[in-house]
Amino acid sequence: MTNFFNYDTSEKYDEYFQANGEVRDYAKDLVSNIACLSKKDLSEKQKAAELAFFNMGITFTVNGEGSGVERIFPFDMLPRIIANNEWQMMQKGLKQRIHALNLFIDDIYSDQKILKDKVIPREIVEGGASFIKQCVGLLPPKRIWAHVTGTDLVRAADGELYVLEDNLRCPSGVSYVLENRLVMKRIFPKLFETMAISHVDDYPSKLFETLAWTSKIEDPTIVVLTPGVYNSAYFEHSFLAQQMGVPLVEGRDLLVEDDFVYMKTVHGLEKVDVIYRRIDDLFLDPLVFRADSMLGVPGLMKAYVKGNVSLANAPGTGVADDKVIYKFVPEMIKYYLGEESILSNVPTYLCCDEKDKNYVLDNLENLVVKAANEAGGYGMLMGPSSTKSQRKEFAELIKANPRNYLAQPVLSLSRVPTIINNQIEGRHVDLRPYILYGEDIYIVPGGLTRVALKKGSLIVNSSQGGGSKDTWVRAV
Amino acid sequence: MLSRVAENIFWMQKYRERAENMARLIDVSFNLNIEIPNGQHQWLPLLQVFGAQESFSKYYKVIDMNSVLHFLTFDTRNPISIFSCLSMSRENARSVREIITSDMWHELNILYIFLQQSNNRIDNHHAFYTRIKRQCQLFTGISDTTLSHGLAWHFGRVGYLLERADMTSRLLDIKYFTLLPSPDFIGSPFDNIQWNALLNSMSALEMYRQKWHFIKPANVVEFLVLDKEFPRSIFSCIVRAKESLQAIMNTTRNANANKPFEIIMAIIEKLDGMNGESIVNYGLHEFLDELQKEFIAVNDGISEVYFSFKELVNQA
Repeated sequence: MTNFFNYDTSEKYDEYFQANGEVRDYAKDLVSNIACLSKKDLSEKQKAAELAFFNMGITFTVNGEGSGVERIFPFDMLPRIIANNEWQMMQKGLKQRIHALNLFIDDIYSDQKILKDKVIPREIVEGGASFIKQCVGLLPPKRIWAHVTGTDLVRAADGELYVLEDNLRCPSGVSYVLENRLVMKRIFPKLFETMAISHVDDYPSKLFETLAWTSKIEDPTIVVLTPGVYNSAYFEHSFLAQQMGVPLVEGRDLLVEDDFVYMKTVHGLEKVDVIYRRIDDLFLDPLVFRADSMLGVPGLMKAYVKGNVSLANAPGTGVADDKVIYKFVPEMIKYYLGEESILSNVPTYLCCDEKDKNYVLDNLENLVVKAANEAGGYGMLMGPSSTKSQRKEFAELIKANPRNYLAQPVLSLSRVPTIINNQIEGRHVDLRPYILYGEDIYIVPGGLTRVALKKGSLIVNSSQGGGSKDTWVRAV
Repeated sequence: MLSRVAENIFWMQKYRERAENMARLIDVSFNLNIEIPNGQHQWLPLLQVFGAQESFSKYYKVIDMNSVLHFLTFDTRNPISIFSCLSMSRENARSVREIITSDMWHELNILYIFLQQSNNRIDNHHAFYTRIKRQCQLFTGISDTTLSHGLAWHFGRVGYLLERADMTSRLLDIKYFTLLPSPDFIGSPFDNIQWNALLNSMSALEMYRQKWHFIKPANVVEFLVLDKEFPRSIFSCIVRAKESLQAIMNTTRNANANKPFEIIMAIIEKLDGMNGESIVNYGLHEFLDELQKEFIAVNDGISEVYFSFKELVNQA
């Protein structure tokens, strides 16, 4: 146990150890292996992993740092590990949730039964920036809206799993799941040989199947649409296109003629049937949404409305991605499926509710305040670590636009041992499993474990000092 | 294949080839500098063959080894420095990562990182430039053995073969700009050292000797311009570029495709009727100058037919 000799297991929930310091059953073989690595092995393995990422050019671009400053997503080689029975439960819960969310989006843009039955207040849905009027009455092929979802899960101090948010627009990160695994297999070949760990390599072909399924055409032409090399997730876009063996296109590579979408090739124009788009709704088509969008394709929405092209995810799915709508997911599950939610929601205070708002304003220093439509850790106030002037600023923001804000208690995320300066220390993590919804629902085993590398930090976003880990789901 | 992708691959290989040849040129110049009596080695021709003396003098006061090496290797203000070329090559590769193989990307990325991290410093010149040369060749080898020999491969191949032909013409032209101390030096050991170095820069010395055994300027010219078997000779590059263009034409059935093809065929015909003596009599520098213009015309033709989509829309 030398490497874990000073490891502190006393406070918070640790994914490897119980509070009394005993190793959890499903982590025993992993811990005993790592424990007896020499300090030299430990640092050499970690260095080899980092070098591999750097050489492979697995980078992301930091927003707002000019055009194209490339960074490596920091990687920690100690994996998060998940027991098989717990994964089964998570999988069931996620399937239930995405099923209900899809029915909700479909309902909102068609009959709006859930609003008519007053399960969710109409003004909350229609008053949100994520509700897209242009999508009302627009039914996507086979009525699946969110083909690709990344749901953020966290484990609180009590050991219970909570859904933190549902990302239904263009969730990113799945490429790191695949690349992390590739690198880990090189570093720990023996462990993969002896421990039964679920495979993740199926994802690209499952994604391809899901996309192909959205089309009414037998052997459809599928493309991935990216904003371009300067986008922070460009690596992932090109990676997924490569793994699926389909073209990666930018808006300028496409054009619409007679309501069909074509790409400009050296052969001439070639029809496109399915677009896995990694740009936001509002940039898709300058004729319908933002007129200044240089990323989209003029006429794309009309081609979509006519059923001549599928878009994944369907335009409009963002309505279920809204952090205010999040509060109502358990109600949706009950309403559409007649079931109790398997995965718990974090208690949420909506500032559009007068009583909740006052509570939030009175307790800013104990809460996390979030804007309804921001991602990447932006537009957030971490109450306990905030300054007085930050709290004042957020109080003003909330009063000015209560619909746009919500608050949640600060959850203490569980920890996973992590290599910090060649020592093993606990760091907080979350988990983002990726869910594909086509003919049926597929979830890649595990998902992306993000880790807050700063001591005590609860913010795992890559833009704010977060890194990632491989996630091992035990196959038995 | 997307027009943009074809263009990216074409330039990825073109810039990579340019970087490789710059490394060859500098490496040889550095060696000459050691062999040739004190201070007599000329750095100016290295700038002249690329028409770069003006932009050089904007940033540097004296033409000496250190400033020329820095300008041609690291200076990002110089669009043909090795680092600029490799950055452009990598940037083009980055936007077609899903088309090229991971092995290709990996190799190019490692080379780029190597240059970036060397931080404007070269400890061992020979090792440094050899490494660049080797990794560039490794990249071409990997693309030959891992990428399917379809459109992507052919576009890349046309790109680097045209560039190689152009660079061979410029390396040869360096002799025109390099002054001998006096006309008596023609054919002297001093002159021979320069011709040897030139052949060496293109890894051509051994193959040349197998064919001609001793240095004679007209033979060197014939070997580097017209040899049918030596893979860096202009003729051999152009013939293989033509093959790839033909393959691209056959696959794309682009109605305008004849344009660049006719130009390249004309170059081949012209070269076919010449020998070393006739080029020297014509005037080597003038001859190479015209060739370079014809290469540019082929480039422009390809770009017009395959990369700028306007042409295709008009046809449809």
